[in-house]
Order: sequence, then structure tokens, then C-alpha cells
Amino acid sequence: MRLDPPKIVEGSRPRDAARFGGSGLRSTVAALLAKELTLEWRTRESVPAMVLFSIATYVVFHFGLDRDRVTGDLASGVLWVTLLFSAILGINRLFVAEYEQGGFDGFLLAPVDRTALLVAKALTLFLFLSIVELVAVPAFALLLLGPPLTQALPELVLILALANAGIAVLGTLVAGLAIQTRARDLIVPLIALPLLVPVLLAAARCATPLLTDGGAGALPGNWLAILAIYDLLFALIAYAVFDFLLED
Amino acid sequence: MPDPDPVLVLRGAGRRYGERAALRNVSLELGAGRTLVVFGPNGAGKTTLLRMLATLLRPHAGEVRVLGRPLPADGYAVRGRIGFLGHDALLYRELSGRENLRFHARLHRVVPARVDEVLDAVGMTTRAGDPVAELSRGMVQRLAIARAVLHEPELLLLDEPLANLDPAAAAQVAPLIGAGGSGGRTRVVTSHDPAGGLQGADVALGLKGGRVALLAPAAEVRLEQIAELYA
Repeated sequence: MRLDPPKIVEGSRPRDAARFGGSGLRSTVAALLAKELTLEWRTRESVPAMVLFSIATYVVFHFGLDRDRVTGDLASGVLWVTLLFSAILGINRLFVAEYEQGGFDGFLLAPVDRTALLVAKALTLFLFLSIVELVAVPAFALLLLGPPLTQALPELVLILALANAGIAVLGTLVAGLAIQTRARDLIVPLIALPLLVPVLLAAARCATPLLTDGGAGALPGNWLAILAIYDLLFALIAYAVFDFLLED
Repeated sequence: MPDPDPVLVLRGAGRRYGERAALRNVSLELGAGRTLVVFGPNGAGKTTLLRMLATLLRPHAGEVRVLGRPLPADGYAVRGRIGFLGHDALLYRELSGRENLRFHARLHRVVPARVDEVLDAVGMTTRAGDPVAELSRGMVQRLAIARAVLHEPELLLLDEPLANLDPAAAAQVAPLIGAGGSGGRTRVVTSHDPAGGLQGADVALGLKGGRVALLAPAAEVRLEQIAELYA
């Protein structure tokens, strides 16, 4: 009744390609991702809370700044601070089911590459952030933003994708670390927010010309490159250390 | 006579939680197809022993070999060959029993048809579509047993496997987990039931305060010896 087991090479390490193979990793990630999305669909614990938090934050900014509309760097700052704080909610919840319902043990008992959990969780967070932004960005344009967003949308989507990737990778790493502690809700913002400052800075600088009165300006290439480098750097760091977070 | 190719080898194995030693200087060997029953009061180290053998906890002292491989170094090589049933069912509450088992089947690369086979074997076919959160503890335990044997493991580590099960359910799952000595797989089973635990066991281990207080062939162990562990 079993499929062919992965070939075990004597002396190979857990991540040895000969043992798990590309399809093994893909299949495990697919299984984990399907489970994550099913759980979120059933419980609706993360995404709705993140969306509502974003909209509530816009309202707070509206009254706090005492302005009907914001533009340029202020608009960019409001948008990214809001998205970052709502991401913290998602990061906090990322490993809760694994921790509270034995998902960690179930996964650790399986003969799979543990990197699959990192990839699946990062993809889950990326998807959650993207879904939140489908509502939160139009809501921002409607509630606070001065200039119309339509012209700048393709560039903004690119910035959102790069920022989401960075938040997803770093967020998964921090969530994996924090879930082992009793003060999880405290640890996540304390560690994640300082580490996400480069993302906030780069994304806000990239988006500023797009949210300026008088039409969208050119994207600052250097800040885009910083976002991309951040994503790559933290992807490598997460790959290197994630196994240790799962170890007893 | 020592087994030439033991499935489990522990030599001076120990495990701490911070400063507290949960398991101290445990040494034993268990051959293929044999059953080790572990007795001991709460906090004696039974669950720690099982989790260590399941590769979920690192040994902090001594040598531990499972299925011929040293732990923790070669844990990755034996994980798919171990079936673990702990106090937690390791099932997601919002998923149905069938969804949970299909998820584990994918992780263990087991064909989906096996899921229906084990659901039938534990008598959960009719309730397999219900969320785990809506099932009784006994039903969850049956699903947990199905999960533990889904990938047909060579070594079964069972922490009070019949807990929460009524007599009919216990009888139904008994063949699946090799209870009664008919399974053929190597098993480590914890129990608080001296008579029931010794039945079908080859070796009995008694733990007290993390130390070995009793280690003998099950046939030679008297019930009073086990009762002393709990005194």
C-alpha cells in the first residue's frame, strides 16, 4: 500500500537531494499549504482579523492626523505602517495550530525535509498578506489617499509582492522562534518589528512617488533592489536556521 | 541470550528538563517483534522515554539506538519507520478525521486508499467526515491510533493506547496495534494496568523517579512488584 519510499543514502544529511528529491519537497509543501488554507477557511482566525485591523488603523490615522486625505511620503508611511502592524497579527497566529494541536510533533515524526514547513508557512503568510492587501489597499485609497491609485497600481503590486516576501520569510522565522516561548504575543512584535524596519523603509520609499499628487513618478530602483536583497538574505538565513528552531 | 540485532538499544540513557532529570541511566535492549511494557507512576519518565525513542526529544546522556541507528544523529533515517501514539492525538481539531489522515498519508507518502483501510479498522468510517473537535475522546483516540499505524511502522511507541476506549473499541483496535502479541511489530507500550499490561508483553520495565526500578521478562514479573512502583 506504500508508495516507493525516498531512497536513503548512507551518511546523507536530512536535506540531501538524493533522499527527499525535489518532488518530495514539493509534495510536502503542497500538503502543508493545503492544510493551512483549509484551517484558515474553517476558522477564519487570521485574515479577517488582519483586514479589520487595517481598516481600524486607517480610521485611527484619519482622526489622529486630523486629515481627510494624505499624499506622498505621509501616505506611503501610513499605508506601510498599517500593513506591517496587521502582518504582526498574522505572524502571531502562524504556528498556533501546530503548537496547540500537536502539529509540530505530527510533522516532526514524518520522514520529510523540515525545510518544507518553512516554505509552506512562508507561502501561507505571503498569501494571507496578499489577500489582506486586496481589501486594505483599496480601503486606503477610499478612506485616506488623495491621488487616484489606478495609474500606479502595477508598480504598487510589485512593491507589495517584494515586501510581502520579506515579511513572510522573516515572519515565519520569528513565529517559529516565538511559539516556543510563553510570551509569544510579546516576542513577535519585539523581534519582528525592528528586523522589518528595512522592509518598511524600502517599501515606503518605493511607494512614495506612486502616491504623490500630480501622477505617479518613477520607481526608485535602489530601494527596490534593497527590498529584493533583504528577501534573499532572510530567505538564506531562514533556510540555515529553521531546522534548529524545530529541534528539541 | 542477547538479541543479535536489537531494535532498541539504550545504554545509560538520560534526559533532563532544565535542572530536573526526567530519565536517568536507562539501559535495555529489545529485539525485533518483541513488546516492552513500561509501568510507573505519573512523572516517572514513561512519556519522556517514548518521546526520546520517537526522536522528538534528544537524549542528554548515554547511547540510544533505534532500528539500528544512533539518536539523535540519525533520527531522520528512522522517523518514517516509527508509529507514535502519545497523550495528544496530533490531529487538527478543525479538520475531519479523514482529512487529518490524508494529510499524514501525504507526509508519509502512503497511498490514499490506506486511509479508508485504517478508518475501517478502527471503526470510524461513518464519522470520518466529522471535524475532530466534534468527536468524543474515545473516537479521537481511535483516530490517533489510525494515524499512528497509517504508514505501517516497524516500531510502535504507544502511550496508554487504550485510554478513553470502551471495551468494544479496545477490542476492535487491539489487532491493529499488535496488542496481545499478535502484531509482529516491535512495541513499547506504557500502561497503568499491571495485569493487562503484562499480557502479551515480553519484557517489563518499571520506572520510578526517572530511574529503572524493575526490568525483567514479563512472564517472571509479579503484580506485587508493579504495585510497589506506585507505592
